[in-house]
Amino acid sequence: MHQEPEDNLQSEAPLRLNAVSKRFVNDWVLEDISISFRANVTTALVGESGCGKSTLLKLCNGLHRPDRGSVSLFSTPIDYDSLPRLRQRIGYAVQGNGLFPHLTAGDNITIAANLAGWERATIQARVQELLLLVQLDPGLLDRYPHELSGGQQQRVGLSRALMLRPSLLLLDEPFAAIDPLTRLEIHEQLISALRSEPATVLLVTHDMREALKLSDEIVFMKDGAVHGQYATEQLLAEYAGREPELLLRHELADSGL
Amino acid sequence: MNFTLRIELRLTLRAVLRLLKGQLTIALFGCLAAMPVSFGAERIVVGSKVFTESHILGEIAAQRLESAGFAVERKLGLGGTLISYQALKVGELDVYPEYTGTLVRAVFKKQELSQEALEQALRVDGLILQEQLGFNNSYAVAVPSAVAQSRDLKRISDLRTHSDLRFGFTHEFINRADGWPALQSRYGLPQTAVGIEHALAYRAMASGDLDGTDAYTTDGELAFYDLVLLEDDRDLFPRYDAAFLTRQDLPPSAMAALKPLAGLIDEKAMQALNRKVASDGQAPAQVARRFLEEHDLASPSDSYDPSSAAALAKKVLGHTLTHLRLTFAAVFLGCALALPLALAVSRNERWSSAIQYFAGLVQTIPALALLALMIPLFGLGERTAIAALFLYSLLPIVRNTIAGLAGVDPLLRDVAASLGMTPRQQLIKVELPLAMPTIMAGIKTAAVISIGTATLAAFVGAGGLGEPILTGISLNDNRVILQGAIPAALLALITEFAFSRLSRSMVPAHLRRRR
Repeated sequence: MHQEPEDNLQSEAPLRLNAVSKRFVNDWVLEDISISFRANVTTALVGESGCGKSTLLKLCNGLHRPDRGSVSLFSTPIDYDSLPRLRQRIGYAVQGNGLFPHLTAGDNITIAANLAGWERATIQARVQELLLLVQLDPGLLDRYPHELSGGQQQRVGLSRALMLRPSLLLLDEPFAAIDPLTRLEIHEQLISALRSEPATVLLVTHDMREALKLSDEIVFMKDGAVHGQYATEQLLAEYAGREPELLLRHELADSGL
Repeated sequence: MNFTLRIELRLTLRAVLRLLKGQLTIALFGCLAAMPVSFGAERIVVGSKVFTESHILGEIAAQRLESAGFAVERKLGLGGTLISYQALKVGELDVYPEYTGTLVRAVFKKQELSQEALEQALRVDGLILQEQLGFNNSYAVAVPSAVAQSRDLKRISDLRTHSDLRFGFTHEFINRADGWPALQSRYGLPQTAVGIEHALAYRAMASGDLDGTDAYTTDGELAFYDLVLLEDDRDLFPRYDAAFLTRQDLPPSAMAALKPLAGLIDEKAMQALNRKVASDGQAPAQVARRFLEEHDLASPSDSYDPSSAAALAKKVLGHTLTHLRLTFAAVFLGCALALPLALAVSRNERWSSAIQYFAGLVQTIPALALLALMIPLFGLGERTAIAALFLYSLLPIVRNTIAGLAGVDPLLRDVAASLGMTPRQQLIKVELPLAMPTIMAGIKTAAVISIGTATLAAFVGAGGLGEPILTGISLNDNRVILQGAIPAALLALITEFAFSRLSRSMVPAHLRRRR
């Protein structure tokens, strides 16, 4: 039931996990996972807490190293000695407190560009673009994170992740801690941002509605293993009208271990 | 994008540089001033231990040498026999008053030594004991006369049947073999004893909190505090004949200048001299001066400088500056070692705990012992004091720096790494700024501890506010104690205040309001 790629622009997947296993101390968190993610496609990783979806995300930008198997980024295995350079091509946004509390919103957004040696004018122009993209008031740039609302913080976090125009975007439950209305707004902004700046997106979430709304593909995970990778459209068609939460439960129970 | 530059400058450059520059200047100043003034041909360093009698005798020697034309540097009030003898042996001192019994028992660890054997042993260390001054200042047990009367105490052996008496002895007496342990076993005494500073013991007896202490037979304060000496009816205490102990290389003319003092002071004379200082509140220098005048041994050109308000202010200021110099030099050096060290090991759990363990170990060494250990390395003076204070400053700085870095939210570490920062950039841009409040608190603790501990620097002749405090305690003069205690307390307060201002400029305001 795998969906055929619609826009087969790149033959090589930008991100591929080959037989990856990861353990913490003696507990295997991920076991023998092989999966690839196609270019400019948004994939949602869903599953219950502790299923290993965040760990999988952290394997993708080298925050974790696999104990077995390998991770290939942009068609080469990750070189763990040159992670900083590699990570400049990967956006990363996390839930809640991911902003540096000692830096203003503006500094949070631009710090990576500054360290990468971008010109001031270039940085300024890029910030203006991002502000429009995520609908953030420029007057907020001088504020510190704790002076911003949850939604504003999340927009800053998203802008920071997008600052260097990454071709891969890793989102770890970025919208979990904000109120439903604001979340809907930010969903729209993310969709429009990706429309103007396409990127391969990995979205970790436990919210099935969010997964259905934002993703092109959905990967179900349970107990450290991949349970299935489906086209979102197909799932929507099959489960039309039913509660998304039931869908998740059904999918995971379907072929449980 | 000026906000980026602004915050970077504010955090990493300006404040750090300001901190470093301020401390660097003071530290350099401190190091320069710590160099001994070794030029000037015939310079003689006179020392004394911290109690009144030693002070007076030290002054007498100093003034005699001055009238013989020598430039004299006084290092009076050193912390005990060990420090004084060691200092003399390594040449940091040229002369100080000592007692035969002390040399035999405390220095050479013998029960008995003939005069010849003692002289031979001193010769090996390059030292000579000059002719005896004429009095025997032996140990005695002193009790308040009221207690002596009510319990009918006349001899030390009478104490055996009064096990409820509370004794407090000087730390030296309680620990040396010929002190309390010998006293206890020779007389079979049932009491236990606590260690207490000599002058404090007298006060405790005056207030009824203590029933007995060790005293010297020449003690001028015995009458003042209404104390009686108990007879040593089993001949425990050896003779403690006083004499100036000098180096062999002391110029012959200097030895000649001390010669007229031989046999000049008997027990009564010494008690009188002690009383003038301890009870009448005269300055040792003044008492020594009068004594020499009475015996026509003072040089007519000498003039005693009475203490005016201006002279006092100048003195207190001088002590305060010395104190600051010691503290800042020590804390600056502490930062210079502890900060890089803590940064280097912060990612390695085994190394961080090893380093913290070592720094904690240093912290447990008593200040006086640490000072004594430093003398062979750095001599008497500020360098020894700075070295000891430096070692004490390591623990709070190391521990807080490691704790501060370890306390950084792991999520923020992940984010910093994920943004493509190198480990170095993560440290400078994220971890250090977030750990800064904790690190600053560690440096502040080190500084405040340093200010307190630096009062002990006077024991090794480094001066500072400890000098009036120790002198005041040994001379039983509260005014002199306060000359050191008040500025020291003010310094600690000012340091607290200065650090809170400094932290404000180093740490963005929001971090202090959060949580």
